[in-house]
Amino acid sequence: MTSARPKIDFDAKIPNNVDLASDRKLQRALERWQPNFLDWWGDMGPAVDTKDVYLRTAVDVGREGWAHFDHVPMNEYRWGVFLSEHDPDRKIAFGEHKGEPVWQEVPGEYRADLQRLIVIQGDTEPASVEQQRFLGATAPSLYDMRNLFQVNVEEGRHLWAMVYLLHAYFGRAGREEADQLLARNSGSDDSPRILGAFNEETPDWLSFYMFTYFTDRDGKYQLGTLKESGFDPLSRTCEFMLKEEAHHMFVGTTGIDRVVTRTAQLMNEHDSDEVAGAGGIPLEMIQKYINFHYTVSLDLFGNESSTNAANYFTAGIKGRWQEERRKDDHLLTDDAGAVDAVRDGQITTTEVPALLALNQDLRSEYMSDCRGGLKRWNRILEKHGIDARLSLPHVGFNRQVGAFAGSHITPEGKMISAEDWKAQESKWLPTEVDKTHVRGLMHPVLEPGKIAGWIAPPSNGINDKPMDFEYVHFN
Amino acid sequence: MTVLEDAPAAPQAAGADAPPQVDFDTDPTRYRHWRYEVEGETAWVYLDVAEDGGLVPGYELKLNSYDLGVDIELYDLTQRLRFSHPEVRSVVLTSGKESNFCAGANIRMLAQSSHSWKVNFCKFTNETRNGIEDMTANSGQTWLAALNGTAAGGGYEMALACETILLVNDRSSAVALPEVPLLGVLPGTGGLTRVTDKRHVRKDRADIFATKSEGFQGPKAVDWKLVDETVSRKQWDATVRERAAEAAAGSHRPVDGHGISLPPLAREVTAESDSLASIRYPNVRCDIDRGARTATITVLGPEPHAVPESLERIHALGADFWPLAMTRELDDLILRLRTNELEIGTWLIKTQGSIEGALAFERVIAEHSSSDWLVNEIRHYFKRTLKRLDVTSRTLIALIEPGSCFAGALLELALACDRQYMLEGTFEDHDEEQDPAQIVLTASNFGTFPMGNGLTRLQSRFYGDDETLAALEAGSRFTGAQAEEAGLVTDAPDDIDYEDEIRILLEERASLSPDALTGMEANHRFVGPETMETRIFGRLTAWQNWIFIRPNASGPEGALRRYGTGRKADFDQKRV
Ligand SMILES: [Fe+2]
Ligand SMILES: [Fe+2]
Repeated sequence: MTSARPKIDFDAKIPNNVDLASDRKLQRALERWQPNFLDWWGDMGPAVDTKDVYLRTAVDVGREGWAHFDHVPMNEYRWGVFLSEHDPDRKIAFGEHKGEPVWQEVPGEYRADLQRLIVIQGDTEPASVEQQRFLGATAPSLYDMRNLFQVNVEEGRHLWAMVYLLHAYFGRAGREEADQLLARNSGSDDSPRILGAFNEETPDWLSFYMFTYFTDRDGKYQLGTLKESGFDPLSRTCEFMLKEEAHHMFVGTTGIDRVVTRTAQLMNEHDSDEVAGAGGIPLEMIQKYINFHYTVSLDLFGNESSTNAANYFTAGIKGRWQEERRKDDHLLTDDAGAVDAVRDGQITTTEVPALLALNQDLRSEYMSDCRGGLKRWNRILEKHGIDARLSLPHVGFNRQVGAFAGSHITPEGKMISAEDWKAQESKWLPTEVDKTHVRGLMHPVLEPGKIAGWIAPPSNGINDKPMDFEYVHFN
Repeated sequence: MTVLEDAPAAPQAAGADAPPQVDFDTDPTRYRHWRYEVEGETAWVYLDVAEDGGLVPGYELKLNSYDLGVDIELYDLTQRLRFSHPEVRSVVLTSGKESNFCAGANIRMLAQSSHSWKVNFCKFTNETRNGIEDMTANSGQTWLAALNGTAAGGGYEMALACETILLVNDRSSAVALPEVPLLGVLPGTGGLTRVTDKRHVRKDRADIFATKSEGFQGPKAVDWKLVDETVSRKQWDATVRERAAEAAAGSHRPVDGHGISLPPLAREVTAESDSLASIRYPNVRCDIDRGARTATITVLGPEPHAVPESLERIHALGADFWPLAMTRELDDLILRLRTNELEIGTWLIKTQGSIEGALAFERVIAEHSSSDWLVNEIRHYFKRTLKRLDVTSRTLIALIEPGSCFAGALLELALACDRQYMLEGTFEDHDEEQDPAQIVLTASNFGTFPMGNGLTRLQSRFYGDDETLAALEAGSRFTGAQAEEAGLVTDAPDDIDYEDEIRILLEERASLSPDALTGMEANHRFVGPETMETRIFGRLTAWQNWIFIRPNASGPEGALRRYGTGRKADFDQKRV
């Protein structure tokens, strides 16, 4: 396995801080995987034909390096492998190995669990690219199109990050899993993505903003718990990914800001709630999209009571959100926690050992984070002098996973019958009519500085560039 | 196993918390419990246990009862009869005590022993009993049990390993298996199995016999086929001699052979640190890593130029002849690790040396094993040593790397393992030029070293897959990729993956339940047909080990612990 193969200049092609140039194992694995990745990107990545896009590329983990802007042809984007800075004194912060030095190699005992966690996380990254494949064709502005592609290439880089871990630390089995990450596809009948939410199409830009606000935020919390991992390479990988994830959520937050702003403007212009006819998205419809995306994302946290999560915690491979800032023993062996439950048709809670309640713990953190967006959007409404408010539905509303699955609960948290649900569902969740309306608004606006009528322009451009900057060049 | 003494139960002594380091070295000048005399073609073997000669403190070996120390001597004795006494064609096993043959395993010893000690003790005694049968079958040394007094429990089980059993008819001596009625355990050293499978006692009679603590005296014992013959005291000596001579007559042993001596093994044990230790012999090395709970066993192959040119030279070399020297060392190592290193759960088996050297030795052995008694002995000794590996309750992993010599007989070591990993290609950062590892099949892999189930290791490996098996031929050589393709190794990672794969495998293995692994491995190793041997090691031993840990046997009120205290066992009556 030596001379015949042409040498690839790895450091130039693949920006990294993992010493790729001298890691034969990683080189060999990536040499084989990278062409498959490029094929996948060609088949499943953004479907709009562009010349180049004003993108941010991470070329280093330092403050200078992680945000390097330039116009880049998409298929020449340099997906890199970055881990946040190495802390030689880092100790495991929780579980039965608490206080021991973090692991630089996969402990054989936890190989299967770690591999599973990485595969599940890794599977979501390319999935969202696939879900958003056709969105570029209806971008409301070049600015938005550029943001979409930025999110896409970064999700691609997140895939690389997970593949790096599989290649570098999990041997042959890891390589096989890395191949599977490209073989599964969002929405495929034969080999769908692992998690349900990642098999739903992202059909329009409102869904895209909702997805990046709510579902990427789930990603933030998952990465946050993996950042605590005693397996140091995983921890450092996730820490760096979180920086990029913050940008994705920014796209979601400001995207919804702008939709709400535009709706408020139209409501005031026409002095009516009914802005659909004026080419806007009515508040009620925005509320339904919030209801849907929020609850689908809540499902991603899994069952309220989970022995897997408990085992991961005890093993030291997946912690809690901000584990190290928490003031408890970080063992949780003697503590109890309450988890949501439905008993005798009533919404209530049950007491379980704290270790079993970790999924609910993480979900609660997520829920309070989500409220931030609602405050923001309601401030916009307030500023425009509008009395109506947006809100998050009850945690039990529209749930398919966990304690509330199978129950019918209104956004206000009232338990109702299946018939009542059927009768009122269309008030709470996007209907075909709603979706058709939103889709009908999706016309591309490709002229620099121009924007579609259903959304307000952003308050700032990218990297201090103006709104009329040519963020995307076409062939 | 009946020792009737009335001393109060000893406290849990050694064997429970800190099992002593057991040595298997001995020789006839050091025997405390046995002696043997060779008279013409017959060896007279006397069990004469020293009561104060227990291996660990806490019990007295009354009534010719035995413990591991007694059995270590018996094993040594069998080896010496094979190798040092080609003239011996029959062996008479009898007692040096007046009117008592053997009361079996010492109950005090069993009562005070930890579970692992009992299990290891039973495994070793079983192997020695099987070895005695192997002597009758393959060494031309037929064993006769001359029961000059009562043979109870393990005493009768020892007799069962012999080809013929004679019991003195004196209206008091009997054969008995009193384990179930008196101790609440099984006659676990092959007793239950051999009564039915070897002596063909009907199952209802076997049931009566195994629940009747006093057993049966001569005439009834003959009638029920528990013994072959019962002889009055007057006729005893003459009859035993006559039977011994008859047995000797059928032997293929040479009349003019010269035995070889079995000098003490050169063994160096060092403890480099709390976690690292090594045991080194001239031809076998073992490196113990207590942190990883692994032992790396490296068998050093022979030098090609050291192949003896003639049979005379082999005899002159004797215990220095590489196959014998290596087998003795490996045998000793297996026994020591098994008994003394309970927490070393994974053994990594390697070889190092010249493939051509190993093959040259194979040719010498193949040429003479059917005609020369010594070469024949060596072959069967290696066969028994491989069988020890087969029943060893440790994860066995073969690592086949450049510089190894897994050819023919040595390849059997790898095939005995639970998994085989072979490096494809070479280690790239190795200083010296290396040739990639190879494995070689020879005739040795096709019947020379059968397992306890009667199959070769290849037949066991490819059980039910005759096509794959038929494609394998003696003389073929395989690189890593070829060996993986042929199904001879589990995996053949290359240089880049090899270390990671092995490290992860070992760490993962170390995290699994040792008990579940033992059970799983034993199930996988012995596929296919049952034989008396697999029934003893599988069925009888598994049941016995289960009974051993049940409170009805080993609990404070259990039969084993209560025995001899004057108090009755208090059983949990639920049938499980
Ligand atoms: Fe991501
Ligand atoms: Fe994201």
